[in-house]
Amino acid sequence: MAAARWKLVSGAIAAITLLAATGCSASSKDDNEILVYNAQHESLTKEWAEAFTKETGIKVTMRQGGDTDLGNQLVAEGKNSPADVFLTENSPAMALVENAGLFADVNADTLAQVPEQFRPSTGKWTGIAARSTVFVYNTGKLQGDQLPKSLLDLQQPQWKGRWSAGVSGADFQAIVAALLALKGEDVTKAWLEGMKDNAIASQNNVTTMKGVNSGQFDGGVIYHYYWYRDQANTKESSNNTKLYYFKNQDPGAFVSISGGGVLKSSKKQENAQRFLAFIASQKGQEVLRDGDSMEYPVSATVAANPALPPLASLDAPKVDPSKLDAKKVTQLMTEAGLL
Amino acid sequence: MAVRTAVASRATRPGLLVTIIALLLVAATFVPLGYIVSTLLSTGFHETAQLVFRPRVGELLRNTVSLVVITVPVCLVLGIGLAWIVERTDVPGTAWWGPIFAAPLAVPAFVNSYGWVSAFPSLNGLWAGVLIATVSYFPLVYLPAAATLRRLDPAVEESARALGSGPIAVFVRIVLPQLRLAILGGGLLISLHLLAEYGAFAMIRFSTFTTAIFEQYQSSFAGAAGSTLAGVLVVLCLVLLAGEAAARGNARYARIGSGVPRAAIRVRLGINKIPVFLLLAAALVAALGVPLWTIIRWLRIGGSKVWVMDDIGESLGQTIGLAATAAVVTTLCAFPVAWIAVRSTSRFARIIEGANYITSSLPGIVIALALVTVSIRWLPALYQTAATVLAAYTLMFLPRALVGVRAGLAQVPIGLEEVSQALGKSRPVTFLLVTLRLTAPAAASAAAMVFVAVATELTATLLLAPNGTRTLAMRFWSLSGELDYAAAAPYALIMIIAAVPVTYLLFTQSRKAAGL
Repeated sequence: MAAARWKLVSGAIAAITLLAATGCSASSKDDNEILVYNAQHESLTKEWAEAFTKETGIKVTMRQGGDTDLGNQLVAEGKNSPADVFLTENSPAMALVENAGLFADVNADTLAQVPEQFRPSTGKWTGIAARSTVFVYNTGKLQGDQLPKSLLDLQQPQWKGRWSAGVSGADFQAIVAALLALKGEDVTKAWLEGMKDNAIASQNNVTTMKGVNSGQFDGGVIYHYYWYRDQANTKESSNNTKLYYFKNQDPGAFVSISGGGVLKSSKKQENAQRFLAFIASQKGQEVLRDGDSMEYPVSATVAANPALPPLASLDAPKVDPSKLDAKKVTQLMTEAGLL
Repeated sequence: MAVRTAVASRATRPGLLVTIIALLLVAATFVPLGYIVSTLLSTGFHETAQLVFRPRVGELLRNTVSLVVITVPVCLVLGIGLAWIVERTDVPGTAWWGPIFAAPLAVPAFVNSYGWVSAFPSLNGLWAGVLIATVSYFPLVYLPAAATLRRLDPAVEESARALGSGPIAVFVRIVLPQLRLAILGGGLLISLHLLAEYGAFAMIRFSTFTTAIFEQYQSSFAGAAGSTLAGVLVVLCLVLLAGEAAARGNARYARIGSGVPRAAIRVRLGINKIPVFLLLAAALVAALGVPLWTIIRWLRIGGSKVWVMDDIGESLGQTIGLAATAAVVTTLCAFPVAWIAVRSTSRFARIIEGANYITSSLPGIVIALALVTVSIRWLPALYQTAATVLAAYTLMFLPRALVGVRAGLAQVPIGLEEVSQALGKSRPVTFLLVTLRLTAPAAASAAAMVFVAVATELTATLLLAPNGTRTLAMRFWSLSGELDYAAAAPYALIMIIAAVPVTYLLFTQSRKAAGL
């Protein structure tokens, strides 16, 4: 009877292992293949990856997630991380990984393709794309002179219940990080408290824009390209809205840098560096100009999508992208009751 | 006589192996709880207290409690009302309505949310949450209620009526009490869903504990604030479980004696036929019409270019692979636990069952983060492998499998096992030849439940799945988040289609299992 029992147990274990192994087939192994932890938009990175594979024969596997989720995951994984490259939408998560000492130096040739204002002074990662903060407003509810002059105006009582932002997203938190870097803790704290009173939290840029479009809010703080993409598509979520650019180096004119870096722990340094070099190259940046991502190229030689106002005209404030402090922002937002 | 007693106890008492497996499972279910407690301990009492007693937690508590307190009764009224109309009146098309009201289970709540928000962009807040949750979850009451109504012995109702009670009095005094188990079970299941749901509520800007935990983890990952919120959520869940256990009591409503109850005579609606029919149609439109209409509309707008067959095929393959494996593993794991729950009334049995319910009521992200932490630190070889994500699925969905397997086991006559053992077959062989064969239909429906749940699971898959995994739900979430609703539509459609046969199985199974 004991023997029969063992047969059953070992049979069950074998069956489970077999089943688990079939499930594993999702991660096929290829010596040349690189693994990208991707917090950029999936469709954009896929375009980059496909063009890169076509040119070099090197396959790219993606692990999709949010900026902060993947950044923290990399920190938790440390030296054992299977990742070769990390791409984000914003800089704070890059700073998080950089501060943990996990990035290798980016090849000098790659850095040379990206103007200095679009990458950190340390050279541990580089900008790969850029996006501008904007104020999207419902044209039926707000006219020219009723618009806020500065992002800081939104903490005033007259804005109570009238504006929205994707509080929980890395996008909005990058904007708060810029405010913190530009104006300091006291101003940021006061602004967040004003926001708690005035703003209605939404899930992300898209839901903010939709809410503005349908008239639930008068306006919202988002990144520019969600609006341009919807305009290029069905206009379903932006028909009744316009964008207002704060300019004047206001914190609300902050241009957020999407980052890319190579993990020090990667066993495929060469391939990883080649991928990053490709994204920063003329070809890689042209994907931003010609594709439907509507994000800004950071390369000096590639112009933006003609639908967009030139990046230089936005009069953005200067912020060192590696100084953006995600942890502090979360703490301040939690204290203000926003998270 | 003495021999017979010995054999009987051999068949009923859980063996060592069963006990060990059950204990291991219980130990595993405590991993997420242990993770929350250990982060709280390392945070320290002072900071934890500060994080618990703040206005934001009050807000979330108000939202979450209102959601449960409003949605559950609405689902009960709707589910039982529809079940009664379909099973006990002469409304046109009763044969069709039966399976139709099980069908909303095939539509994931976040797809429902996408459907409603697309149609009515201004939907948001508590009432939108109640609406979406109701249309997504009422079948969880409808199915057991319809099944119970179908097998109730009409003789009792007829006697009551013969004694002068009107139809309403009969319903309240005779029918409703017999639906108590369906009401309590369905209500508990819906409450736990409400506590754990993320995607559906995130899409309509309604904050619950789970959406807030998700936001916290997106911001600071394993932050103390997130764990504190998870701790409060666990307390809420315990309150629910205790409440259900107290209300369930020990009362039994079994029919005494054998025989097959006659079909009940259906109430003639007469002039009310039309409004009742319209009521059913309205429920159908709300639960199925709106999401399907939205999906079809986006498919029309998107045209043929949204059907990226490479991506869709890859996602479908991976989704089916993960869901099928998880269904088998979870159902196998459910057997020892169900065995103990059915064959023993000990406190140990209650603890084993309860532990599973608590863990499965935690949002996927808490379970996933606990497993991330544990596997990185202690089992690096398992990190980001299918094994870890399957472990998460097992923890999350074991109770679903348990419901089916337990119902099946309860119907196995112990006498048959005794005979088998008395004839010299060992316990494992008896299990395979007698028990497993008799419980196979119930186990299949349990596996189907898990399959659907995994095929539409999002958060744990995002964190734990092997690199390169893109399930249907992952792609749908990513594309709808990028505002590409048209490109997301094929994934929504396939998720629904994949779940339809399984949902139908669930429907037929619920009718058979009602003999419990």
